[in-house]
Amino acid sequence: MQWEVVIGLEVHAQLATRSKIFSGASTAFGAEPNTQASAVDIALPGVLPVLNRAAVEHAIRFGLAVDAEINPKSVFARKNYFYPDLPKGYQISQMDEPVVKGGSLRLILPDGEKTIRLTRAHLEEDAGKSLHGDFHGMTGIDLNRAGTPLLEIVSEPDMRSAVEAVAYARTLHGLVTWLGICDGNMQEGSFRCDANVSVRPRGQAAFGTRCEIKNLNSFRFLERAIEFEVRRQIELIEDGGTVRQETRLYDADRDETRTMRTKEDAFDYRYFPDPDLLPLVIGQQWIEEVRASMPELPSAMHNRLVAQYGLPAYDASILTASRGMADYFEQAVAASGGAAKQCANWIMGDLSAALNRHGIDIGASPVTAAQLGQLVARVQDGTLSGKLGKTVFEALWQGEGEVDVIIDNRGLRQVSDTGAIAAIVDGVLQAHPAQVAEFRAGKEKMLGFLIGQAMKASKGKANPQQLNEMMLARLRAD
Amino acid sequence: MINEGLKQLSAALAARRISSEELAREYLARIDQLNPQINAFITVNPDATMQEAKTADAMLAAGTAGPLTGIPLAHKDIFCMDGWRTTCASRMLENFVAPYDAHVVGLCRQAGMVCLGKTNMDEFAMGSSNETSWFGPVRNPWDMQAVPGGSSGGSAAAVAARLAPVATGTDTGGSIRQPAAMTGITGLKPTYGVVSRYGMIAFASSLDQAGPMARSAEDCAMLMNAMAGFDARDSTSLEREREDYTRDLGQPLAGLRIGLPKEFFAAGLSGDVARAVDEALAEYRRLGAVTVEVSLPSSALSIPVYYVLAPAEASANLSRFDGVRYGHRAAEYGDLTDMYQKTRAEGFGAEVKRRIMIGTYVLSHGYYDAYYIKAQKIRRLIAEDFAKAFAECDVIMGPTAPETAFDLGAKNSDPVAMYLSDIYTIAVNLAGLPGMSIPCGFDSRQRPVGLQLIGNYFGEARLLGIAHQYQLATDWHQRVPAAVA
Repeated sequence: MQWEVVIGLEVHAQLATRSKIFSGASTAFGAEPNTQASAVDIALPGVLPVLNRAAVEHAIRFGLAVDAEINPKSVFARKNYFYPDLPKGYQISQMDEPVVKGGSLRLILPDGEKTIRLTRAHLEEDAGKSLHGDFHGMTGIDLNRAGTPLLEIVSEPDMRSAVEAVAYARTLHGLVTWLGICDGNMQEGSFRCDANVSVRPRGQAAFGTRCEIKNLNSFRFLERAIEFEVRRQIELIEDGGTVRQETRLYDADRDETRTMRTKEDAFDYRYFPDPDLLPLVIGQQWIEEVRASMPELPSAMHNRLVAQYGLPAYDASILTASRGMADYFEQAVAASGGAAKQCANWIMGDLSAALNRHGIDIGASPVTAAQLGQLVARVQDGTLSGKLGKTVFEALWQGEGEVDVIIDNRGLRQVSDTGAIAAIVDGVLQAHPAQVAEFRAGKEKMLGFLIGQAMKASKGKANPQQLNEMMLARLRAD
Repeated sequence: MINEGLKQLSAALAARRISSEELAREYLARIDQLNPQINAFITVNPDATMQEAKTADAMLAAGTAGPLTGIPLAHKDIFCMDGWRTTCASRMLENFVAPYDAHVVGLCRQAGMVCLGKTNMDEFAMGSSNETSWFGPVRNPWDMQAVPGGSSGGSAAAVAARLAPVATGTDTGGSIRQPAAMTGITGLKPTYGVVSRYGMIAFASSLDQAGPMARSAEDCAMLMNAMAGFDARDSTSLEREREDYTRDLGQPLAGLRIGLPKEFFAAGLSGDVARAVDEALAEYRRLGAVTVEVSLPSSALSIPVYYVLAPAEASANLSRFDGVRYGHRAAEYGDLTDMYQKTRAEGFGAEVKRRIMIGTYVLSHGYYDAYYIKAQKIRRLIAEDFAKAFAECDVIMGPTAPETAFDLGAKNSDPVAMYLSDIYTIAVNLAGLPGMSIPCGFDSRQRPVGLQLIGNYFGEARLLGIAHQYQLATDWHQRVPAAVA
């Protein structure tokens, strides 16, 4: 039988606000346990939540970016359950009325484009952390993370493969970091995915029974967990079994998913509107203020890069994968005097390779956008040969100073002086009479050898075009 | 000085006829003498009290004093207070000391008031007789066999017994007004949102409201001036201009339209209470007011609605008492679930458990719409009833409670009979309106009767004025229980 895979994702994006969603405590990662937990975060008796305006603005920013409806009146609800790292015994979340409704995300896939519909995005607070293992027979509780603002972004079940799910997660990750509403650090848990996976016979309209895989904190785990789960479900059904609706955990060490809890022992969270918080009312004016402060979105910038610089769509999609790369590109183009395609090639080629090799983000690149633009300009104006351009790039990476300084210090300036080139050519011709004779006898590939000798004699600095012309002129002259 | 009102005390302090230290010492001595019998206080801390009195005297000497500087008061033990134990009358918080002041406590401190102690109450404010306290019941100073009402029974008894000139209370379904009525004092529950709930241990967040308890409306008005005001830490706190709650005290009552809801004078009202309330209404007519009949048809559903919504909110509000971070934790337990179960089984009393169970039930999957959503709809109808009534009158009056203080233990085995004690007060909380109780007589056993006054939103100052005019014409509020005279 032909199976079709159906995937929907729930992503928890930690919002990059300075303070928590309902208290003034800091959200910074990595502090000593329980040093960033206020009376509100610890849920001492009598304390009350006050909504962080910045968290709401981040949510609005996201909603506008995915063309969603910003709910004029959304409601915070209490989600009740007991756990030691949940200090109040309930999590403040949104249930019936989320802050963002609908919207969509466009994916660029190897074989074309696909639009994934979003169901909703809602604001909620994170729980603390249970620290197992550090204490003899006991569990430690760190409440630094308790109350950190999250935006839970829920997609429709529109993805049909693990590859699409990863493309969606990457695009969403690119968008929230682009917008500056999430730092995107997956190791620190700033961007966590839950995947709802089901399979159905191709052509069947009804969905199969789904399983939810929790807490996938890397794109690789997301892909592998879905692939495992799809195999598991298909094998189960083909062996005559049925899929149970349940929540599963992905074990990266064993590369498998396993049951966490079944539908039967699912919690009754007893949601109800939080009486400590008024409904969140967002007026059109607030929305317009946020809209005015929005950066150019990646999809709009993609189209602009194609139109304005004549870049291929492929280049534009790579350059707009992150805000840092896009900004870098435009700064480099400006410094290069408009050599857009050349800048794109450098960024996607040598620069990306070097950044990857050293594990450095483009924002921290040792070669600045202005320097790269200057380098491209020097290749364009003939000061540098393309080959020596790479030498200068290496020098820039090593911190040897500005482009022109490196060219001068290392004597890399391209020789374009006709007299100098003529002297080199004449020297080579005199030194290799046999090869000259062979060329003249019709063995044209000797030209390459002679040019190579001349380039070597110039230490690579001879202007290749001039050298070529001069060499041919001399060889054909006599 | 113990029978003087705040205005007189304030003048005496300002003129240095008495010091705050002398005043505090006198009240502490009375607490020492009478509290073992009345049990109005859970915690006293004489060293801290005298330190505050010293500070107040320094303010008085330096000329930086306000009208309440140096005046002693008692706080209901539901308000967190830096450095003081805050128990909410529960074993769960028997040894809990908050590292911060409730907003109300902080405002009273800023005003230079001197805290005499933390008063007894029903556990987590759940009760109408003050018998659910882990620290034992409070006795009614008018009759030591009678309850003082609840949940602010300790504050009410303390004021009635002259163990404090004024006290703070909280009112979720009648917890200021009903004990005020049963102890013959004056209490005000303000409009929801006028007094900050920050630092006040939550029972039912959408209903809880703190207010003053005193012997007279004038004293309530003066304390209200300290307690009220916007607080950014409480999202339900209302951002309004500060007001002077004494401003309408002198306003005459000529032409005042008093609405009498026919539902408040129907079956279930005791004859003694009806008689005293009728006499009070006659007094109001003599003072120039007119009475009109109004109707609050949905108010009959107040009690069922309240006992869905309040327990629902409470069931979540009390989840934080889990033994993990503070408060009581069972001494021995197996796994985590066992720790939760033993801790909460030991830490909470029967009435609190009953309400957590009710609340958990009504919020459960499959019951939520039938109970919680339905109750919210009726809650809106109740508020609309009041809005219609206030089109025809300026103030609504009736009995505060259907009967006077009952004997200790009389209703312990029948929770519904206990719940009916708040039948006239609960609708006011559901609508978020301001309400008062003022003393208006006694029953045949010399137990006090309370008259309830209900105002429109933000009508506190007018309500206080209406009460004050009555108190100028009567002396019920000046009577002193024989046992503490």
